[in-house]
Amino acid sequence: MSSWRIARIVAAKDLRIEVHSRVLTNQVLPFAGVTMVIFAFALDADSVLERVAPGLIWLATMFSLLVLVQRSFAIETDDGALDAMRVAGLDPRAIYLGKAMALAVELLVLEVVLLFTAIILYRQTIPLNGVVLLVTTLLTATCGLAAVGTLYGGLASGFKGRETLLPLLTLPAVAPVLIGATRAVESALGTAGAVVSDGWSWVGLLAVFAVTFGVGGSLAFGPLIDE
Amino acid sequence: MTTIDKAPTVQRRSAGTGTPATRILGIITIVSMVWLVAFGLGFSPADRDQEEAVRIMYVHVPTIWIAYLAFVVTAVASGLYLFGRKKSLGWDRLAGASAEIGTTFVAMTLVVGALWGRLTWGVFWQWDARLTTTALLFVTYVGYLAVRRLGGSHEQRARRSAVIGLLAVLLLPLVHWSVRLWRSLHQEATVLDTDGDIDMDGLMLFSLFVGVVAFTLFYIWLVLHRTRVMAMEDMMEDHGLDEALAARRREAATLNGEEN
Repeated sequence: MSSWRIARIVAAKDLRIEVHSRVLTNQVLPFAGVTMVIFAFALDADSVLERVAPGLIWLATMFSLLVLVQRSFAIETDDGALDAMRVAGLDPRAIYLGKAMALAVELLVLEVVLLFTAIILYRQTIPLNGVVLLVTTLLTATCGLAAVGTLYGGLASGFKGRETLLPLLTLPAVAPVLIGATRAVESALGTAGAVVSDGWSWVGLLAVFAVTFGVGGSLAFGPLIDE
Repeated sequence: MTTIDKAPTVQRRSAGTGTPATRILGIITIVSMVWLVAFGLGFSPADRDQEEAVRIMYVHVPTIWIAYLAFVVTAVASGLYLFGRKKSLGWDRLAGASAEIGTTFVAMTLVVGALWGRLTWGVFWQWDARLTTTALLFVTYVGYLAVRRLGGSHEQRARRSAVIGLLAVLLLPLVHWSVRLWRSLHQEATVLDTDGDIDMDGLMLFSLFVGVVAFTLFYIWLVLHRTRVMAMEDMMEDHGLDEALAARRREAATLNGEEN
């Protein structure tokens, strides 16, 4: 079986589990929504919220990413499924790719919901000329986040204290995505007079990040989970 | 039981991790530190703008230099462990020892830098590209050290931390790039350029050189000792269990003997 096919099967399996268990819709999305509301409590003034909305969208995404990654590997380690897949001789790169793809799909759903929350709660508007930039940013940033999240999630799975280790490893690693995606979305939404053309250099950064960690992650995943 | 490469010299010497060579190195380090104090606090002139505060530089610059050196050593040692034909745990311990020292020195750089910033800029912290990158560098290696303590066999620890050590090298240029882009777009000009406005006089430059030499020697001394302590820790984990088992067996044998 080709690696690509295995990756698709692993991704489909993860997504099927999410659809049936409804953890994403019942727990993670509400969590992200609550985060958006408490940001408003902390920042108070409407003008401030309007100004920092793109950053808050990504901050809420990062926090939810941690929850999603933990969830993604909890379903594997509970039954020793990750070990079973390795014993069955599946290519670790394919497992990594599959889990990252499933995580990316979940993140995209989450980001779209957060974006609409920001439109309603933080009074954001999406100008027509920013749509292409916005969609490209969402896609590239999501790939980077999924690559990093799956990598460190795999490392932290199966150890005591993994809940605390995951944020420590993941948050510094995704800092470039937080910076890049926030600026790109600011450009796309025209926050504080940002123009669309400024956003594309940030998309470049996001793309380099996604490719670097995608390649690095697929190579490192095998040694990391191979216990 | 996992095998580790034996270090007979360390095993025989139960008193500590020192050897004649490291003792000499330690003495040279102390002498060069005294030299640094003499030049840094005594001979070198005060700065025109910063006055006496400029003397912090003789600690600040060497500490960050040591941190970079230490992280390069960690990356190289991680690569040598991972890709070397003989998976020697010595490389892993070198990587770990170097990362521990590097992280400590980054923390020192941040603290000393914050104090210097308070004196010369009036603030402890500024979201300048270099400062932000350094802070993320610190957190990244704190994460690396946490990974080293995950548990498992020595080989598992070595492989895991070598991979994370190499990933950190991938990450840092990206962090630096993004942070620099972030600040250059959002701040007109960095008033707080840490090296721009220091008019470096010859004696100051020499004092700085003394600082770098003294701290490099200190780093080498620390790495040697820390690596040996790690070897001892590994050995204790391996042989400690064997010895406990042997003691239990002896106990059982004497008990059986008494019963018969």
